[in-house]
Amino acid sequence: MRMAGTKQNTIPSNGGLKRLAYLVVSLAAGILLWGLLTRILQLPAFILPSPSLVWQRFLQSLGDGQLIRHTLATLYEVVAGLLIGGLTATSLGYLLAKSTTLEKLLSPYLVASQSIPIVAIAPLLVIWFGPGIFSKILICSLIVFFPILINTVVGLREVPQDLRDLMRTLKASPFQTFWKLEVPAALPIYLGGLRVGATLSVIGAVVGELVGADRGLGFLINVGRGQYDTALVFVAVLTLIIKAMVLYGLVLLIETRLLSWQSWRQEVH
Amino acid sequence: MHSSPEPTLRVNNLEVIFSDASGVVHALRDLTFNLPHNGFVSLIGPSGSGKSTLLRVLAGLVPPTNGEVHFNTSQPKVGMVFQKANLMPWRRVLENITLPLELGGLPQETILARAHELIKLVGLEGFERAYPRDLSGGMAQRVAIARSLMQDPDILLLDEPFGALDALTRERMGDELLHIWHARRKTVLLVTHSIPEAVYLSDQVLVLSSRPGSIILDLPVDLPRPRTDDMRYSDTFSKLTHTLRDTLQEENNY
Repeated sequence: MRMAGTKQNTIPSNGGLKRLAYLVVSLAAGILLWGLLTRILQLPAFILPSPSLVWQRFLQSLGDGQLIRHTLATLYEVVAGLLIGGLTATSLGYLLAKSTTLEKLLSPYLVASQSIPIVAIAPLLVIWFGPGIFSKILICSLIVFFPILINTVVGLREVPQDLRDLMRTLKASPFQTFWKLEVPAALPIYLGGLRVGATLSVIGAVVGELVGADRGLGFLINVGRGQYDTALVFVAVLTLIIKAMVLYGLVLLIETRLLSWQSWRQEVH
Repeated sequence: MHSSPEPTLRVNNLEVIFSDASGVVHALRDLTFNLPHNGFVSLIGPSGSGKSTLLRVLAGLVPPTNGEVHFNTSQPKVGMVFQKANLMPWRRVLENITLPLELGGLPQETILARAHELIKLVGLEGFERAYPRDLSGGMAQRVAIARSLMQDPDILLLDEPFGALDALTRERMGDELLHIWHARRKTVLLVTHSIPEAVYLSDQVLVLSSRPGSIILDLPVDLPRPRTDDMRYSDTFSKLTHTLRDTLQEENNY
């Protein structure tokens, strides 16, 4: 019997290394330019600190435990917010995808809630729930809620009807349909929402901390600003960027692990 | 003949009316036929005559409005193959085939043994670990056929399974299907647009009228089995295809 051949997809082997080299060169050039700028313009350190000053400030804040303490506080808020907001959004999204009636009833509120910028009501939330960690987790939960909700609904709606029919002809139970069809079929879109949520959660935590807090990287930025310690502000901001990138990368890693069957993820560079 | 006294399926005065975006659809009317045990029956008819609706009723996906669908077992197992292979893209070939039995709580070894047996039957050895995206259309349909046989169904419903394939692959898949059918006797109902395919494969061809669909011709195919390619050029074959063509043409002009 004759068989049609299979398509082969090839993954470039040294692409990763090359991209890393580009990244290093690009970062080095950026730092160099920054250093030159501070030299040429002779700006005072409270306006634009030099890279070496920021580096010293980084080592100092790392040494006295300050940086780690505030980084962990923010991380806690970000992750807790992502979990609480994400779980709520996923459950509600599942119900909305299942019931168009419920969706029609709730969507005016959801759309309205989405048109309120969380940043604008963050001060209110801090007034109501205090400057502690709770108000930050609440802000993070609210900010991640919508993208995860929408992606849950869209992901579930995209499950092919033919596959639903297949599960019905096989007399699959509702749980089997959920676990063996809906979860894997909705996962690519759902994880896209989670990736956006992870980045937004960092923004939420910092906004909350800037408004009023006693710990966290946003708080550290406020402290640095108040004392004209601009190098400290730089340290806090750079730490935030790295944290957001690590979180984003983590979700991306989960995605590539879970979605290895999607060839386009390997082909697109 | 492959018929035994008790037909696998009796359909009596079936009527199906449903409403969709375009309004109320009277899909099937006064439909009565039997599917003989282990027989191979094809269903042919103009586009929109409710062929797919009929299969969906038999598969339990659409409730009949009137009339009855009576299987010879109380809990009929239905294997269905759609026009698209309809595989789960995140599952490998083997895992796609095992799916129907994973829902039943059988031991893993039993499921795997059965899956490997079917992979051999449909000629997919060596492709167990391939993903659907790496398969050609014909191979994907083989996976779908193997999957439909996993539950050892009482009836196999095929909804234009080769409609998306090119002519040569289509003929080859027809032969494969007959080979599988000889190895695993099943009651088969095949919906097709191709008159020669219906004649070549079946014991009996049912012609459906345009909407609301009812059966206007029940044509037995008196060709010996196993079917061979040269039968396509026999007098019996051309007489049967002529009869079917005339019936369909009349129905289309009407």
